[in-house]
Amino acid sequence: MSIKSYREATFDAMKEEMIRDGTVYAIAEDINGNGGTHGRYTGLGEAIGDPGRVIDAPISEAIIVGSAVGAAMSGLRPIVDLRFSNCIPCAMDEIVNQAAKSRYMFGGQAKVPMVIRAPDGILKMQGAHHTDCLEAWFTHVPGLQVVVPSTPAEGKGLLKTAIRNDNPVLFFEHKKLMAMTGEVPEEDYTIPFGKARVVREGRDVSVIVYGIMVSRALEAAEKLAAEGIDAEIIDLRTLSPWDREAVLASVKKTGRAVVAHEAVRQSGFGAEISATIAEEAFGALKAPVIRIGAPFVPIPMAPNLEDLCRVLPENIYEGVHRALGRQSDR
Amino acid sequence: MVLFTRQELLTHYETMVKIRKFDLEAKRAREANEILGNVHVYVGEEAIAAGVCANLERKDCIESTHRGHGHTIAKGADINAMMAELYGKATGCCHGKGGSQHIADFSVGMLGANGIVGGGYGPAVGAALAARILKTGAISVVFFGDGAANRGTFHEAANIAAAYRLPVIFVCENNTWACATPSEVGHTQSVTEISRRAIGYDMASCVVNGNDFFAVYEGMKKLAERARGGEGNRCGILECQTWRPLGHVIGDTQPYRDAREAWARMCADDCIENYERRCIAEGWLEKKDFEEIQDRVEKMIRDAKQFAVDSPYPDASELTTDLYD
Repeated sequence: MSIKSYREATFDAMKEEMIRDGTVYAIAEDINGNGGTHGRYTGLGEAIGDPGRVIDAPISEAIIVGSAVGAAMSGLRPIVDLRFSNCIPCAMDEIVNQAAKSRYMFGGQAKVPMVIRAPDGILKMQGAHHTDCLEAWFTHVPGLQVVVPSTPAEGKGLLKTAIRNDNPVLFFEHKKLMAMTGEVPEEDYTIPFGKARVVREGRDVSVIVYGIMVSRALEAAEKLAAEGIDAEIIDLRTLSPWDREAVLASVKKTGRAVVAHEAVRQSGFGAEISATIAEEAFGALKAPVIRIGAPFVPIPMAPNLEDLCRVLPENIYEGVHRALGRQSDR
Repeated sequence: MVLFTRQELLTHYETMVKIRKFDLEAKRAREANEILGNVHVYVGEEAIAAGVCANLERKDCIESTHRGHGHTIAKGADINAMMAELYGKATGCCHGKGGSQHIADFSVGMLGANGIVGGGYGPAVGAALAARILKTGAISVVFFGDGAANRGTFHEAANIAAAYRLPVIFVCENNTWACATPSEVGHTQSVTEISRRAIGYDMASCVVNGNDFFAVYEGMKKLAERARGGEGNRCGILECQTWRPLGHVIGDTQPYRDAREAWARMCADDCIENYERRCIAEGWLEKKDFEEIQDRVEKMIRDAKQFAVDSPYPDASELTTDLYD
C-alpha cells in the first residue's frame, strides 16, 4: 500500500494498462498541453514510452467520441476524456446511438470497448455548464455501463476494469475526488462491475451512495454513531450494472434506507434504487425510503445559492433521522 | 484512362446489377408488406458504390448511410445474409437485430449503415486512426449525402482527418435531395457543390458524374492512391453528382415533386445503361455478356429472397445477447 491522490492512482491505472496493451490510447482536448483538465494526463505519453498514443484533440467532442467508436470497432481501446460532464451532450448521438447500440444492432459483429471519463460535481462557483451530475441519463441506455468511483483505490481498480471491459463505459469522477488521497494497493488489481462494496456495516439503516457521497456518508455515520445509530453504508461503485442484491440484502436487514446523490433529486438514480426497494423489499421496510439529491435547478454560481445545491454529510445525517422517524436536533 | 480486363468489366457490371436487382426486390417486398420498417433503396446510384469500392481492398473500411444496401453489396457482402437481415431473420448478417437501416458486414470491412444522418463520419475517422496505430495500411471511406454534409459532424470529421493526416475519403453522393427537401442554394444549402468545402480543410477533392462508373472509378482511384501512399494531408472528398429517382424511403409518396418525372430523369441517364453503352461503343463487351449477367443475378436474388423467407426468426433467447459480456 502507498498513499496516493485520486489523480495519481487513476494515472497509474492508465499508465499500467497502456503499457500492458498497445491498443489502448487516450484522447482529449489539451491532453498534452496542460495534461487535460486537472492535469490528469501530464507526462502520460512519456510514462508509457509511446507519446503517439496520447492524442491532442481539436475542440470537437462529437468526433472525439465518434472516432473512438470507430477505433474501438477496429481493434483499439480508447480512453476519451471530455473534461466536464457538461461537454457530454455535444457527443450524445455518438454515445447513445453509436457507441451503445453498435454491438447489438450489428448482431455482435463488433464490440465497442471504450471509456469516457467525465469530471462532474460542484467544486466552487463554476456555474451550470461545468457542474452537472448526469450519471442517471446513461443508466437508461442499454449497451452502456456507468461507473462512479469513490476513492483513489476504487478509482484505480474500476478504471482498469473499464479499460479492459468490452463495452462503452461512462466514468464519472467528482472533481472533489481529484485531490483526495488514500491507500492504494501496489499490485495489479481490478474491481468487477456490478458488485457493491459495504463500506461500513450497520444495523439500523442502509445508506446507499456512490462517488463522492461515500466519504460524506461515512462522515455522517460517525456523527450518528455517537448518538447510538448504527448506519450501514453501501457504495454502489457502478450504476449500470448495479448491485440490486447487495442493496436489497442490506435493506432487508436494517428495514430502513436512505439514498443520496449530488445529482438533482428528480429522476436521479436514487429513484431507481428507491423503486427497486419498494418493489422487492416492501415487506421489510419500517419507513419510507428517503431520497436525497440536489434541488431541481441548474447549479447557480452565487456561492450562497450553490451551497443550497450541495449534498453534504449533514444532509445525509438528517435523512437518516427522517428514516428513523425522528427530527434531527440540528 | 484506366484500362480494365474483360473480367473486371464483367465484375463491375455484375456489382451494379446485383445492387439494382437486390433493391428492386427489396422495394417490391416492402411495398407488398412482406418486410416492414424503413427501407431506403439505392436504385439509380449504383455506379458510385461500385466505382468507389472497386478501388478498395478487403481490409479497407467503409461507413455507410441509411441507404446502405448498395455499399454493402459493393464491398462484397453475401446477399443471402443481407436479404435475410431485411426480413429480420436469424441468418441475417446482423442476426436480424439491425435490419435494412443498420445493415453491416464487418467481415468485409463494411462497418455499418447508420440510421442517424451524418453518423458515419466519426467511426470512419476512428477506423483510419486504428489502421494507423495497428499499422494495417487500410484506408477508410465514409459515404454521405448532400443533406448530411450539413451536419456538424462532417466539419468536425473533415478537420480532424485532415489535421491528423488520416487516410479518410469522404464520398458525397450528391443526389440533390435531402429526404423531402431540395438541396438548393439559399434554401437549406450554402453551396450545392459539396466538394468546395474541401478547401476549408486543405483536402484534395474531385467532382465526378456519379452516373458514370468510369468517372467515379477514376476519381476514387486518384484519391485512394493519395490516401494510401501520400505524405501530408491524405484525405479527400469525392463528390459524385447523381439523382435520386425514387422517394426517400419506400412508401414516400413524394408530395414534394413529380414522381414520374423523377423516375424518367433517371431512365434517361441510368448508370447501368450508361455502362452498357460505353462498353459496347468501345467494343469491350457485347449485349449477350450483359444478358448473361442479368439472368444470373436475377436467379441469385430469387435465391436470396427464398433463403430469407425460409430462415427462422431469431430465438427469443437472442433478445439479450450481443449486448454485454
